[in-house]
Amino acid sequence: MIIIIIVLSFENCYHLFVEEVDKNLMKTIHNESKHNESKRVQSKVQSRPLIAMIIIVGGLAALFLGITLSISLGAVNIHFRTVWEAVFHFNPDSSQHQVVRQIRLPRALAGAIVGAAFAVAGCIMQGITRNPLASPDLIGLNAGSAFALAVCFSFFPGMSFHSIIMFSFAGAALGTGIVYGISSISRGGPTPIRLTLAGAAVSALLLSFSQGLSIYFHTAQNISFWYAGGLGGTDWGIIKMISPWIAAGLVGSLVLSRSITIMSLGDDIAASLGQRTTLVRAASAILVLVLGGAAVAAVGPVGFIGLVIPHIARLLVGVDYKWSIPCSAVLGALLLVFADIGARVINAPYETPVGAITALIGVPFFLYLARKEK
Amino acid sequence: MRVVVYMSSIKRNNSVASRGSLRTITTISILFVLIVISFIISMNTGIVRLSPIDVFKTLFGSGTPRQELILFDFRLPRIVISILVGAGLAVSGAILQATFRNELADPGILGINSGASLAVVLFITFFPLNELSPIFMLPFIALLGGSLAAVLINILAYKKGYGISPSRLIITGIAVTSGISAALLMLTVRLDPRNFEFVTIWLSGSIWGTNWKFVLALLPWILILLPFVYFKARTIDVMNLGDYIAAGLGTSVGRDRLVLMGTAVALAGSCIAVGGGISFIGLIAPHIARRLVGPLYRALIPTSALIGGLLLIVADTLARVILQPAEVPTGIVVSMIGAPYFLYLLARARA
Repeated sequence: MIIIIIVLSFENCYHLFVEEVDKNLMKTIHNESKHNESKRVQSKVQSRPLIAMIIIVGGLAALFLGITLSISLGAVNIHFRTVWEAVFHFNPDSSQHQVVRQIRLPRALAGAIVGAAFAVAGCIMQGITRNPLASPDLIGLNAGSAFALAVCFSFFPGMSFHSIIMFSFAGAALGTGIVYGISSISRGGPTPIRLTLAGAAVSALLLSFSQGLSIYFHTAQNISFWYAGGLGGTDWGIIKMISPWIAAGLVGSLVLSRSITIMSLGDDIAASLGQRTTLVRAASAILVLVLGGAAVAAVGPVGFIGLVIPHIARLLVGVDYKWSIPCSAVLGALLLVFADIGARVINAPYETPVGAITALIGVPFFLYLARKEK
Repeated sequence: MRVVVYMSSIKRNNSVASRGSLRTITTISILFVLIVISFIISMNTGIVRLSPIDVFKTLFGSGTPRQELILFDFRLPRIVISILVGAGLAVSGAILQATFRNELADPGILGINSGASLAVVLFITFFPLNELSPIFMLPFIALLGGSLAAVLINILAYKKGYGISPSRLIITGIAVTSGISAALLMLTVRLDPRNFEFVTIWLSGSIWGTNWKFVLALLPWILILLPFVYFKARTIDVMNLGDYIAAGLGTSVGRDRLVLMGTAVALAGSCIAVGGGISFIGLIAPHIARRLVGPLYRALIPTSALIGGLLLIVADTLARVILQPAEVPTGIVVSMIGAPYFLYLLARARA
């Protein structure tokens, strides 16, 4: 039901501005005959595959470095070589090897996986809705998912993580559905400002429900720490649970990337090029919910990755989503891994909420996007 | 041509006013009665229930010492604060909606609340509250934080050649608010559990100052600023017509806007210092008031003040009742009522 609402409201996103798409490109496409094959459009969409390849390869190398750094830094610093040995020549008697394997490695990996998921979810949203402010945290996905988890913690403590993920998906659908539903009912459709406002209001509403629950069940500090987001509690169990979902989501978004590129040119063009717009929207909505929901279930509502990274990726490699989706994944993973390192280093014995670190980068960027608004 | 249209809208407003004065008086009287009723109900509710007769007896000086303690030292200051905070926030929202000519403006959305909260939390972090702490300082601190946030948002939303557009201002407000929340988060998790609990409850808007000291700290602000705004009602009406018309009618738009915004920030800041992070009242109350008495600020200001006070007493009473014996912060109840109303407004707003 909620998915239907989301699909219908994605359907209404006409009036949003297309900053990335060249105006000339739009003109050429309009002037060309309707027999235009989608392949020809693809070739005209500005993209820089070489830079994209460099970013993906270089980014993966940097990610490897970041993960190693993340493992070696902490309450006790562990030498790089010990990290290497712990991974490849594991010795169960060494306590340092145990720390690396049981605590730090899953934490660093979870950061990479979840960062990629948030970034790709934002990338798909921005492409399909053609809204530069679309991202899981601004349009209520994070808030919905977090609310669902507050319900889990309050009513069903000790629930299996598998069911928690399911709740998280449902909550994500709820939050996104309300926000998109409300902003598309109004005349003029879901403009960026309307979506942002609805997102802020729905987040406030769901947050107040979560707070009410947490006060009643005396889980206040637990829930607010969890709301702050953090990779502190991640272990192998969580990684095993979320990685199939996120992997499926990433593969799915790559498969869909061509359609997303065409959709990002506008509904009329997409329809005239033979895209089944409703189908593509439905598939994208499901991908976004799966990626965002799984990510929030693992680390809490960490903001701004889904807003910032897709913009940077498009700036670097252009609007062809075949390239900007994998680049977003790599850059998102990098951002969260390094933000987590920052969270542990800044205020050393204590851990700073990682959401605050991403906000440090995200808020100036958000302000920059706000300035572009007319 | 445009001037003619505007002038006719002024005329229409005037005729609305003359027809509506009876309506305004009726509305205000009804609201007043409602406030008195909810005042009595609120006096009755709580963990210890007192019957209305007991409440009256105690109010007129013939209750038991225990009843007097509950009424005069716990419930009465809290109710008075609810009314004052509600009225202040509502009027602040009414002013902001006129100065920005945007019906979705509200001190919470515009980041004033969060700036004030940050300042107060910083203050509490360095000077923990106790018997000796200077409570009269809190409204000033909140005012300082709120004004800084307001100035920051205005600067960031300003664009050379375009000025400040309402939509850019609102998105900037949301962005600044999220930045301040991140800063608050960093501050609060470093507090020890006891202070942490206090600050979270304060941020979620519990009317925590159940003490006459807080009433005295807040009262001067409300008593001075509300009459001042009422006195400025005519200016606000003119401003509502748009900058060109307002300038043409002889007001100095820039200065008036600055004065009015300063007043709105001062009202919101002092209310937040005492009431905690309560949002949406400044949005809803003027809206309901506009529906009841029309758009003229001479009628709108007292009506929205009364509606704000009424809403907050009701929310505060509910907060004490719904999850008994646990007490929900009032701000949470206000959000539960306010956010859906905001979404409803958003859904029917024109493009």
